[in-house]
Amino acid sequence: MAKKVALLQGNEACAQGALYAGCKFFGGYPITPSTEVAEVLSVELPKVGGKFIQMEDEIGAMAAVIGASLTGAKSITATSGPGVSLKQELIGYACIAEVPCVIINVMRGGPSTGMPTGPGQSDVMQAMWGTHGDHAAIALVPASCQEIFTETVRAFNLAEKYRMPVQVLFDEIVGHMRERIEFPEPGELEVIDREAPSVSPEDYKPYDSTKGQVPPLAAFGSEYKYHVTGLNKADDGFPTTKASLVDAEERRQVNKVLDNVADIESNEEYLTEDADVIIWAYGSTSRSARYAVNELRKEGIKAGLFRPITLWPFPNKRTAELAVQAKAIVVPEMNLGQMVFEVERAAKGNCVVAHEGRVDGDPLNPGQIMAKVKEVL
Amino acid sequence: MAYDYDKSIRPGKLPHIWCPGCGHGIVMKGLIRAMDTCELDRKNTAIVSGIGCASRLPGYLDACTLHTAHGRGAAFATGVKMAKPEMTVICCGGDGDGTAIGGNHFIHACRRNIDMTYVLMNNFIYGMTGGQFSPCTPTGAIASTTPYGNPDQVFDISKLAIGAGATFVARTTAAHPREIDKLIAQGIKHKGMSIIEVLDDCPTTYGRRNKFRSVIDMMKHLKANSVSVKAAPKMTAEQLEGKFLTGVLFEDTEKPEYCEQYANVIKKAQSA
Ligand SMILES: Cc1ncc(C[n+]2csc(CCOP(=O)(O)OP(=O)(O)O)c2C)c(N)n1
Ligand code: SF4
Ligand SMILES: [Mg+2]
Repeated sequence: MAKKVALLQGNEACAQGALYAGCKFFGGYPITPSTEVAEVLSVELPKVGGKFIQMEDEIGAMAAVIGASLTGAKSITATSGPGVSLKQELIGYACIAEVPCVIINVMRGGPSTGMPTGPGQSDVMQAMWGTHGDHAAIALVPASCQEIFTETVRAFNLAEKYRMPVQVLFDEIVGHMRERIEFPEPGELEVIDREAPSVSPEDYKPYDSTKGQVPPLAAFGSEYKYHVTGLNKADDGFPTTKASLVDAEERRQVNKVLDNVADIESNEEYLTEDADVIIWAYGSTSRSARYAVNELRKEGIKAGLFRPITLWPFPNKRTAELAVQAKAIVVPEMNLGQMVFEVERAAKGNCVVAHEGRVDGDPLNPGQIMAKVKEVL
Repeated sequence: MAYDYDKSIRPGKLPHIWCPGCGHGIVMKGLIRAMDTCELDRKNTAIVSGIGCASRLPGYLDACTLHTAHGRGAAFATGVKMAKPEMTVICCGGDGDGTAIGGNHFIHACRRNIDMTYVLMNNFIYGMTGGQFSPCTPTGAIASTTPYGNPDQVFDISKLAIGAGATFVARTTAAHPREIDKLIAQGIKHKGMSIIEVLDDCPTTYGRRNKFRSVIDMMKHLKANSVSVKAAPKMTAEQLEGKFLTGVLFEDTEKPEYCEQYANVIKKAQSA
């Protein structure tokens, strides 16, 4: 049987991906250029018995999403720059309390209100370091409508598997672009649900990591009663200031991601095998970069594309290897320099690392990238 | 025979963090009695709070308890209730938590008329952070950040809740412990948003700065200045000056409840 196909906008594909993953709760607040995610889910969630709520602001939306997730419902919110800034305190709450949830950030320019209808890639550092305190982060950066679908599914999987918030960042260009989507059949993509506790309600400890780095999470309203707090806590969920317990919990919550980079990582490479120059690009910018690679090859320049799909945790190992192989890495971004610093750090001085930025609301085009490559070679 | 509170308290969680004479403990006991009156199944009860001394309450109780971020309790609770309407949801917290940083969530939870019971402990001050003034600190009172007397005007929490659309609004004080559990129980039984404002005391950061020499002085003050809604109609405006009304201040059983409204949305979506 032929697969269901449709011409979908990136934001619509995101909503469809959420439904495929079994999402049952959306809490949000309208903001351009992300609003279509909310609009589609307001139509579709009640059809599958899910819940949609438009909250009074993005902080309330993030709070409702965490509350809903604790009852066992796979939960999502969607927003853009100003809204993500408002959510930061509670993204940290979801980190420390270890509550699975998905946060969509359709990136526009900024700071502040910036250019609400223009694209940007200037929230990529915020995705890692936006909330206060030590924590791990997972952020995915799809570059096409089909990939927004699959990466939204993967975001839910990672959130459920690692019991933490996962962010999906795509720029306004990908969010508002329309492309042909093939809907995967049920079962075709992996769908992961959080691990339920196997111990009796009396023995349940919500942060007991003796059996693994990610403790099973019980649902509110089941047989299990437990306590959740944003304070540093012991394995039973109750606050503690005991140094050894605080230290162990803080480290476990960061290491559950860093020790599993191989599982979380996802990159695409194009003509990198013999490349002298690597264009290191993500999101819509990677599409211009791919075009630039082809054009440069025609001119006899051995260019290749490295495209992270998982942006955080940072693809350290592969970036370091490419830095040894290539003469230069060019990092085009719709910002004035963010991921380029991570690339520099990973390159350890083994090659030239150069940034090409654009923040005027227009896409970063292949010509601009090609000119930069020629400049550094 | 003494009332058995122990069966509702989590083993090993006492002593609590509250200062001697703090009113929050009186409210907690009232809440326990109300939960017993309503025979709440603790597995199916979520108790949600923000941050502050008052907000530490849920941790002591044997239920599904959620201690969130400053001011955000009502919004977290909205997510819990929406996702699992069959759960009984109780919110609790302080005056600062609920009406300053969390004021927006407070009024919108009232407006939606979502079925939960919010026990707001108004001790007129930010207790936990050492006594800075809150939106409920009386004008002229001394707080650590109003050394010359508070220039701000005061929120009337119950009026705010009624204006915002809550359908059961009641007020009492820590000096009326028997009324606390009665009103909370009525709130739990009411379908819709119930606000129970309990005026209590913070001897440590408010009382001592404002000439209440002892907790007893503070309790006497609460008692002397409260007037039950039943007695109020017989009193003159002059007699009512500076007094706070106690009892059930507002009740509306007609307005639709939020989760029921959303159940209708689901019906429509599924039949379309
Ligand atoms: C975002 C944020 N801002 C400020 C604080 C500091 N803070 C903690 S509790 C509190 C005031 C609590 O007052 P109230 O809600 O009245 O409770 P009480 O301690 O009086 O019972 C403040 C300002 C915080 N925890 N988080
Ligand atoms: S500081 Fe005030 S509110 Fe906090 S526990 Fe002490 S008396 Fe109670
Ligand atoms: Mg207070």
